[in-house]
Amino acid sequence: MIYREAGDFSASYKEDSQTFPIRFDRIAFYAFVVVAFLVVPFFINDYWANAVLLPFLIYAIAALGLNILTGYTGLVSLGSGGFMAVGAFASYKLMTSFPDVNFAVHILLAGFITAGVGVLFGLPSLRIKGFYLAVATLAAQFFLVWLFNKVGWFFNYSPTGIINAPPRTSFGFEVTGPAASVSVKYVFCLSFVVVLALIARNLTRGSVGRKWMAIRDMDIAAEIIGVNPLTAKLSAFAVSSFFIGISGALFFSVYLGAVEVADTFSIQKSFLLLFMVIIGGLGSIFGSFAGAAFLVLFPVLMKNVLTGWWGWPTDLATHVEVMSVGLLIVVFLIMEPHGMARLWQIAKEKLRLWPFPH
Amino acid sequence: MKLKLATYALAAVMAAGPAMADLVFPSLSYRTGPYAAGGIPFADGYADYFTMINERDGGVGGVPIKVIECETGYSTEKGVECYESTKGQGALLYQPLSTGITYNIIPKTGVDNIPVHSMGYGRTSAANGKVFEWVFNYPTNYWNGASVAVKHILDQEGGDLNGKTIALLFLNGAYGKEPIPTLNVLAEKHGFDLTLLPVEGATMQDQKSQWLQIRREKPDYVLMWGWGAMNPAAIQEAANIRYPMDHFIGVWWSASENDVLPAGDGANGYKALAIHAPGNNFPLYDDLKANVYDKGMTAGAGDQSGTVLYNRGLYAAMLAVEAVKTAQGIHGVGQIDAAMMRDGMEALEMSSDKMAALGLPGFGPEFSVSCENHGGNGLAAVQQWDAASKTWSLVTDYISPDSDVVNALIAADSAAFAAENNISERCN
Amino acid sequence: MPEQLLFAMEVILNGLMAGVLYSLVALGFVLIFKASGIFNYAQGVMALFAALTLVGIMEGQVPFSHLINAVFGTNIHEFGWQVPAVLAIILTIAVMVLLAIAVERFVLKHLVNQPEIILFMATIGLAFILEGFGDLMWGSEIKILDVGLPQGVSDIVETTTFGWFGYGFFIDKLDMVAAVIAVLLVILLTIFFKYTKQGRALRAVADDHQAALSVGISLRFIWVLVWSIAGIVALVAGMMWGAKSGVQFSLSLIALKALPVLILGGFTSIPGAIIGGLIIGVGEKLFEFSIGPLIGGATENWFAYVLALLFLVFRPQGLFGEKIIERV
Repeated sequence: MIYREAGDFSASYKEDSQTFPIRFDRIAFYAFVVVAFLVVPFFINDYWANAVLLPFLIYAIAALGLNILTGYTGLVSLGSGGFMAVGAFASYKLMTSFPDVNFAVHILLAGFITAGVGVLFGLPSLRIKGFYLAVATLAAQFFLVWLFNKVGWFFNYSPTGIINAPPRTSFGFEVTGPAASVSVKYVFCLSFVVVLALIARNLTRGSVGRKWMAIRDMDIAAEIIGVNPLTAKLSAFAVSSFFIGISGALFFSVYLGAVEVADTFSIQKSFLLLFMVIIGGLGSIFGSFAGAAFLVLFPVLMKNVLTGWWGWPTDLATHVEVMSVGLLIVVFLIMEPHGMARLWQIAKEKLRLWPFPH
Repeated sequence: MKLKLATYALAAVMAAGPAMADLVFPSLSYRTGPYAAGGIPFADGYADYFTMINERDGGVGGVPIKVIECETGYSTEKGVECYESTKGQGALLYQPLSTGITYNIIPKTGVDNIPVHSMGYGRTSAANGKVFEWVFNYPTNYWNGASVAVKHILDQEGGDLNGKTIALLFLNGAYGKEPIPTLNVLAEKHGFDLTLLPVEGATMQDQKSQWLQIRREKPDYVLMWGWGAMNPAAIQEAANIRYPMDHFIGVWWSASENDVLPAGDGANGYKALAIHAPGNNFPLYDDLKANVYDKGMTAGAGDQSGTVLYNRGLYAAMLAVEAVKTAQGIHGVGQIDAAMMRDGMEALEMSSDKMAALGLPGFGPEFSVSCENHGGNGLAAVQQWDAASKTWSLVTDYISPDSDVVNALIAADSAAFAAENNISERCN
Repeated sequence: MPEQLLFAMEVILNGLMAGVLYSLVALGFVLIFKASGIFNYAQGVMALFAALTLVGIMEGQVPFSHLINAVFGTNIHEFGWQVPAVLAIILTIAVMVLLAIAVERFVLKHLVNQPEIILFMATIGLAFILEGFGDLMWGSEIKILDVGLPQGVSDIVETTTFGWFGYGFFIDKLDMVAAVIAVLLVILLTIFFKYTKQGRALRAVADDHQAALSVGISLRFIWVLVWSIAGIVALVAGMMWGAKSGVQFSLSLIALKALPVLILGGFTSIPGAIIGGLIIGVGEKLFEFSIGPLIGGATENWFAYVLALLFLVFRPQGLFGEKIIERV
């Protein structure tokens, strides 16, 4: 009833092709952003920031990046954990070598370094396709983790190889280290999320994105119509790794503060990110957020309900929690195989027609 | 939908609101995941001891203890969630039983002012109380452990290790890499060769290459820094190649029944370091039986009683309770807070009389903690497995480590941490 | 013979044995992929679940005892009987068949004709469910699996090779048993595929779903069949690895070892899985033996993938994979 497109007229091409063509969506989105930036930071507490929002935001960046590669370009990657590690270690080396530089710059540089590494490991994608490509990215995953575990230079020769984020500032605010305020951390991550999501959205609907999707749908056909597979595939690897590198850098420096590479950036992380992208919806910006939200928030919610409310023993609760995640994945699939993004879309369409569906 | 989820989660957090009338000990346990086999007995022991104190004495100094258990699955991210959800509930002390989570919490301790006790794990240089105000790792740490192991080997070899080879089989991660610097220094000092054999955590059951190498090169001793499925796999492989088991020495985390039982008779004679005695032959177990087991108040299935890791849980809880008593003595109040708890830990003294009075005669080494020294005296013993009777027994007294070597390393590492994080030394 | 060469030979032999174990895990993947085009992410968890069930039945553990105790306040753990290994294995196979039926009935049936990625995702969900279910049913403590498989160095091999070269080779008896079982399994599967009606139907389905349906082959039955066989293969793999280091959560990680094997051998070929396993096994062990000590060891994990990658650059469809023919 409220959710209507009637009366919404596009008077120019620009209006017609905007991200939220329905006015209600647009208002809701801007309201959401305003609340996220101007209201939430004043009410946020340590638990909400460190256990819920920061991981969600940071995973969302990584999911966006992986979605560009897997969802838009059709290249399956299981190396995301390794690329996150590149971002984390790049930011660590930068922040310990140049302590006085604005930390946001370090994060961006870490993203660019990861992009370079990503292109390098993306080279085999020119020859290998489909599930077989997973091997190239898996090689990256295991090799990078091994490397960061082995070569002392990366972790400043500490005896354990664990890297610790010392306090660093950005625009005068402390964003890393134990004393940094959670509101600052939250706003810092949120800014990256918003900017990167905008970039992703505009890349994917522009000529670059169209090339990626052409490659995904049929690479030979794309080549014939003039898409250069070399630049298209490698640019997808570069952009995707840039995103994932930034998320890895934030994950280490802002969220965890101390990271053991073999533990935090293991193959499990790569799988988790792939699950997020698939469950959220391949080739969808919203899907990246939905997938990250589902796999980060749902277990926390379940845990709080089962042990916090009902007082279940923690191990039973965890088993049930794991099972419920699995069950929900299967149920979602049977209801709507194309991920939560599609589910969301259907819901919106139903809503638009409600209460007169015919 | 996101908002709705958020509301529920918020309500859940509110429901688990603070209850300040107790001594709150969060137990960041892992009863699931790849390391559950080690996490379950520890968590059971930790909780059972507190239950016993509540049932028998009505708490410590009249104030009951409340244990909040939170499942981490050995994952650092879940550990963060557990830490954040429990720290507002009056938590007095964290014992995360995970290297990753310990490293994650250490920087926060100074801000949240809640002490961490990583008993025989975590960051070794935290033994330096001048830098790490809120972190304790008494009674001993990995570097002392490595030194004690080498001392034990020296004993067996008549005091001379020149030209001998010692191999270190370790989990290729932060935990496993801990003893390497110490062993390097000791190798130089005593003239033995050190061979490093890393085992990748993701595929820790597959150690064929490492053991083939051991079989080829025949090192005189093998030390092991393993955890989880790595331990039983290593002991099985050692039995397979007929490596002399009494020359195979694990750290105290490679020292449980879970590790030796799968190898059956082949594990006979395997040695491991110990920071407390094994078995249930202590008067305390009568109290546990009367106040916990018989009342059906056990934390887990109740089948872990008397195992090495269960005892370790008991030991950790016992040290926590003793620190509470010390703190109550210092400050003269029953309901202590986290800062007082820290003072209690810093003044903790464990003498053999004290342990005997608690019903645990000779259970652990004697040690004392001070402002400078958060690591105790670093003593550890050696225990050996008897496959026929399926029991561990201590075969040495508590051995003191080579403090000159270890303390120099601790000073260097903590100084690096202090410089990186702009911490000025205290206790001056 | 120079010592290093002997060592290398020993490493190669052990690499072959390890390769057989990898192949066993990979086989389960190939079977399901061949018949239904599904990359079954849950295969590793199935191996864990099968091994857990086997131990649980043998030891007479009460299923869900922890849950029952928590809900009803009882204190039951064991029935108090011991089931002989053979009977327990048969019962476990029955459980795996039930699991296959359940998977078909509740998951696959609803996802007919969906793209591969969707089916892959469904197996992710399945892996989560099984992981929680297995732990809930049997508990997450470490369990000791003893079905009477021999273990330890084989004296015959050691003394014979000592007689030949003056250096006794190490071969684990368990590995030899595993190799024999793997060979038997492959022969049985080949016979089954070649000479039985169901086997032929299965191959027909693998070739073309629609055509198979049109000649009256029940797709649903075939799926149950192939998931049951994969379940049995998972049980065998779980037994072999479980006998080494106890049955516990980490068992599910052995699937990682199968990935390079699959990619190297091609997802659709049973001989590919075997030969891929052998190549990976020998390659990674030999690399760890020769280069590993120079660069700090623990190289096996990533080298397996680099090796697979090298092969793939020259043969993008895997060693035995079906040739990729692309048309626009």
